[in-house]
Amino acid sequence: MGIIKTKNVVFDYIRRNEEGDVEGITTAVKDVSMDIQEGDFIAILGHNGSGKSTLAKHFNAILYPTEGTVWVNGKDTTDDSKLWDIRQEAGMVFQNPDNQIIGQVVEEDVGFGPENMGIPTREIWERVEESLKAVGMYEYRKHSPNKLSGGQKQRVSIAGVIAMHPKCIILDEPTAMLDPNGRKEVIRAVRALNDVERVTVILITHYMEEIIYANKVFVMDAGEIAMEGTPREIFSQVEKLKQLRLEVPKVTLLAYELKKSGLDLPDGILTTKELADALEQKG
Amino acid sequence: MALILDHVTYEYGTGTELKVKALDDINLVIPDGQFIGLIGHTGSGKSTLVQHLNGLIKPTSGNIYYNGKDIHDEDFSKKELRSKVGLVFQYPEHQLFEIDVFSDVCFGPKNLGLDKKEVELRAYQALKQVGLEDEYFYQSPFDLSGGQKRRVAIAGVLAMKPEVLILDEPTAGLDPKGRDEILGLVSKLRKETGMTIILVSHSMDDVAEYVDRILVMNKGRLMFDDEPKKVFSHVEELESMGLAAPQVTYIMMELKKRGYPVDTNVITISEAAKEIKRVWASK
Ligand SMILES: Nc1ncnc2c1ncn2[C@@H]1O[C@H](COP(=O)(O)OP(=O)(O)OP(=O)(O)O)[C@@H](O)[C@H]1O
Ligand SMILES: Nc1ncnc2c1ncn2[C@@H]1O[C@H](COP(=O)(O)OP(=O)(O)OP(=O)(O)O)[C@@H](O)[C@H]1O
Ligand SMILES: [Mg+2]
Ligand SMILES: [Mg+2]
Repeated sequence: MGIIKTKNVVFDYIRRNEEGDVEGITTAVKDVSMDIQEGDFIAILGHNGSGKSTLAKHFNAILYPTEGTVWVNGKDTTDDSKLWDIRQEAGMVFQNPDNQIIGQVVEEDVGFGPENMGIPTREIWERVEESLKAVGMYEYRKHSPNKLSGGQKQRVSIAGVIAMHPKCIILDEPTAMLDPNGRKEVIRAVRALNDVERVTVILITHYMEEIIYANKVFVMDAGEIAMEGTPREIFSQVEKLKQLRLEVPKVTLLAYELKKSGLDLPDGILTTKELADALEQKG
Repeated sequence: MALILDHVTYEYGTGTELKVKALDDINLVIPDGQFIGLIGHTGSGKSTLVQHLNGLIKPTSGNIYYNGKDIHDEDFSKKELRSKVGLVFQYPEHQLFEIDVFSDVCFGPKNLGLDKKEVELRAYQALKQVGLEDEYFYQSPFDLSGGQKRRVAIAGVLAMKPEVLILDEPTAGLDPKGRDEILGLVSKLRKETGMTIILVSHSMDDVAEYVDRILVMNKGRLMFDDEPKKVFSHVEELESMGLAAPQVTYIMMELKKRGYPVDTNVITISEAAKEIKRVWASK
């Protein structure tokens, strides 16, 4: 069994009126089974409302399946006695950093997680420094998180999770508010955690370019897993992705357009280098 | 008829240890009907700048004129300004507050004093324009997915039919199809109604595709103000400010480096495809 495993997971949001009667049910996740191995770099794509965040919240026991089971490092997430272990092993960076930031000062905020875990003070400070440096926010350690720009806040919340040294880090659209450089830095930091520390990464994003280094991609559609494969396998299916409201990286799209107009290029080109190499072959 | 910023400077936390000069001597003329892209690193002052345009923030020094009148004059109606200059906030959560989606979108037009029928018609149209399905109309806006919230926030401002529409990172969190839909929609509104559009974005590709003028902010200062091709010809300066050129520009630069006589001043996929075909057709 991998670090995160789900079996036939279904999740219903149940809306009730003031009297407590059921007003409506949204089945946000439908029969999802996946087995994520330690050290994997997983990407999850899917249209708005396809269930990505709902599924991700099962990975650190924020939500529990209506049907089916989720295990984190072998522990059933519904086992209350394991809650803190689970939250420590699987750290989550939310879509909106405002929901995550609690401290009055940046360094306090980042130290909050390790402190809660009972880490000795000296080590907390080391971790705070190391994680703030990893996201390029060390200079801002004395600032108030509420007064940072959107992208700065997002990097602080990532540092907060890194400081807990989780086995698995789940990032829900971590780069949505970042500038091109910030986006590169975060992806680089995440890849380094994965490569060097063997931290399992689960990345949810709407930016196709960010996932070309993933070893596996899941595409969700209306709560279900619609596609599963390597980035190259997934991005070779331009039309299918379009139907699912997605796209391919710009380089892949350009190669696809060129191919359609008669240049004989291979499918699933993912990087500038690959495209230039393929064009070079033509002369 | 225009928005004019004359020597606008803004400082947060004046008189405290942590004061930040978020805007530094900004001079700008925004004529009617332009589609403007506002880019800059995180924390460069974009959100601060756009909040000046509808009077939410008052400059520390300098003046802002709308249609020739100083917006901070005593006899200038802020309420009217906010109905003419509509701002969609960077975080939709900062904008949503009503008990259901439909009431939320009605809020703006209702405040304009329109009759109920007109208010509801506008709300309905706006929600259709942003592509939110009917099933969500009577749900709480807080029970929506990230991208769905974003759509509701955009609809709320569209329903006011402003003369100037400012969108602060409106496509962050939208799925790729949704990005195209929203940008296509504002582009169409601009053409049909002559609305001025100001788009704050971290996507160089989107900006290259849609706008006719780009403003580049760097550490509170306006660094470039020019047409997209000219701005994106400053690749190195942009990178040193945390920004980048569109992805296709890098592809052309790589081909040039490999000795192919391609024009590197290309910023969209269709231009790139055309240029590559031109060069490779002769082979
Ligand atoms: N708190 C909630 N209460 C009721 N329904 C909800 C709630 N949160 C999400 N939903 C619904 O569940 C479905 C899945 O939402 P989810 O947030 O998981 O989507 P997502 O794939 O993360 O979308 P996005 O890309 O927009 O973030 C959507 O139809 C959404 O409206
Ligand atoms: N309420 C506030 N109090 C104090 N400083 C602030 C406040 N809001 C923003 N700042 C600071 O002002 C500067 C400009 O922030 P602003 O939010 O305008 O940037 P931005 O360009 O919109 O960034 P982003 O792309 O991350 O949204 C930043 O250095 C930020 O830390
Ligand atoms: Mg989500
Ligand atoms: Mg901003």
